[in-house]
Amino acid sequence: MKGLALLLLAFPLWAGAQDAKKEIEKYQQMLGEGSPAELWELEGEALWKKAQGPKNASLEKCDLGGGPGKVAGAYARLPRYFKDTDQVQDLESRLLTCMTALQGRDRAETTKRLFGNADRPSEMEYLVAYVVGQARGHKMAAPVSHPKERASYELGKKVFFYRAGNWDFSCASCHGEQDKRIRMQDLPVLSEPAGAQKAYTTWPAYRVSNSQLKTMQWRINDCYRQMRFPEPEFASESTIALTHYLAVTAKGAPYNGPGTKR
Amino acid sequence: MRILLFIGVLTAPLALAEPTAREVQDIHLRDFHSKGIVKKEAAAQDAVQRICTVTNDRPGAEIAKQLEADQMKTIAFPAGGLMGDWKRGEDIAQSGRGMTWTDSATAPNGGSCYNCHQMAAKEISYGTLGPSLQGFGKKRGGGADTQKYVYGKIYNAKAYNACSQMPRLGWSGSLTEQQIKDLVAYLLDPASPVNQ
Repeated sequence: MKGLALLLLAFPLWAGAQDAKKEIEKYQQMLGEGSPAELWELEGEALWKKAQGPKNASLEKCDLGGGPGKVAGAYARLPRYFKDTDQVQDLESRLLTCMTALQGRDRAETTKRLFGNADRPSEMEYLVAYVVGQARGHKMAAPVSHPKERASYELGKKVFFYRAGNWDFSCASCHGEQDKRIRMQDLPVLSEPAGAQKAYTTWPAYRVSNSQLKTMQWRINDCYRQMRFPEPEFASESTIALTHYLAVTAKGAPYNGPGTKR
Repeated sequence: MRILLFIGVLTAPLALAEPTAREVQDIHLRDFHSKGIVKKEAAAQDAVQRICTVTNDRPGAEIAKQLEADQMKTIAFPAGGLMGDWKRGEDIAQSGRGMTWTDSATAPNGGSCYNCHQMAAKEISYGTLGPSLQGFGKKRGGGADTQKYVYGKIYNAKAYNACSQMPRLGWSGSLTEQQIKDLVAYLLDPASPVNQ
C-alpha cells in the first residue's frame, strides 16, 4: 500500500491511475496462486467426517441433492428443491438440516457461529469450503423444474431488484450496469450470465481482508449491510431465493472456487 | 401506465410463480431483523421505492412528476447562506461511514460521495456509478440558484429524479444540515480541489 502511495506521488495522475490498476491486477493474480482456501477445504473434510452431536454421527450420509454421501459436484446443482424438507435449500441451509437430522444437534447450537473471524473460525465456513471444493470443474446447473424451484427463482429475481432501506438501494443499484465500480472495485452485472458466471463461480472465497473463507450467505449478508438494510436472517427464504436466482443466471459455467478475494 | 398497472393486477394471480409487490415486501419484513442502528422496518418500501421497483426505475412522466413534487416538500432549505467549509466537505465526501448496522449512532457519518463520483482530480480512487463531478463549480458557477440546487439534490435526490440511484442523504438523516452545506462548498467553492 505504501508503495502504491509513493507511485502516485511520483507520476502524473493518469499514469498513477494506470499503475494503480496494474498493481491491483498483479496483486489479484498473486492472490489466485496458492490459495489458503485449500487449508479450509482440508479442515472442512475432517469436520465432515467427524462424529459429533447427540447421535455421535458424521455428515458423511448428508444428502446434498445427489443422494446420501454424494459430495462430488453437488454444489454445482444447488440451490434445489428437497423433498424431505419440502423447500428449496442452498448449501448452508442444507448443511444445517443435516446437522440436525443426522447428528441430532439443535438449531440454536448449529447456528451459534455462522460467520467466523481470524480468532474464532466457524464450522460452517470449513464445511462449505470442503463441499464447494468438491465441485471444482463441474458446470453450474441449479435446477428450475420443480414448481417450488420456479417460485424460488422468481422470488430471487424480485429480491434482486427490490429497492428499500435507508439509502433506497437494490442489488441492481450496484450490479445492474456494465463497467461500473465503487471506488476502485469493479462491479459485475449479476442479472446477466457473463457477470453472474464470473462472480458466482468464484464464491465462496478466501477473503484476504477477513483472513477467512467466507460463504455465499456471508457475501449476501455483507452486501445488505453496505446497502444500509436491516440484517437478513441466515438461510432465510429471501437469501436462498436470491442465491438461487444468481446460481441459475450463472448456469453453464464451470465452478472455479473457492476463490481468493481482496 | 394506468392501463398497464390494471392489466398487471388482473393477471397477477394467474402467474403462479411470480409474487406480487406486496408479497415480496412481506417476505422481506419476515426475513430481515433489526440490528445495531438499523430498524427492521427499513426493509419496507415507501412510495418512491415501491414505484421505482415495479416500473424498473422508469415510471411514466406523470407519476415521476408527482413523486418528485412530493419529495421536494421534504427538503428543509435552511435560511441564510448554503456555502459551508469545503475542507470539512472533503472529509465528508471521502468518508463512507455511517448508517450500517455496524456503525455507531454517535460517530459522524460520511457522504460516501467518492464511492460513486469522481470529484477532485487528485483523488484517483473514485467510483463510477454516478456522473463525474470534477470541476462542477467551475462549470456551473456558485450562484444562489446553484447552491440551492446542490443542497436540495444532496438532501433528497429523488426530488429531482424520482428513481435516482443516489440516496436521500438529508431526508434519511445520514447527513446534517451543516454537513450538506460543507459539501455544497466542496462542489462549488472556487478554492476547492474539485474546481482546481
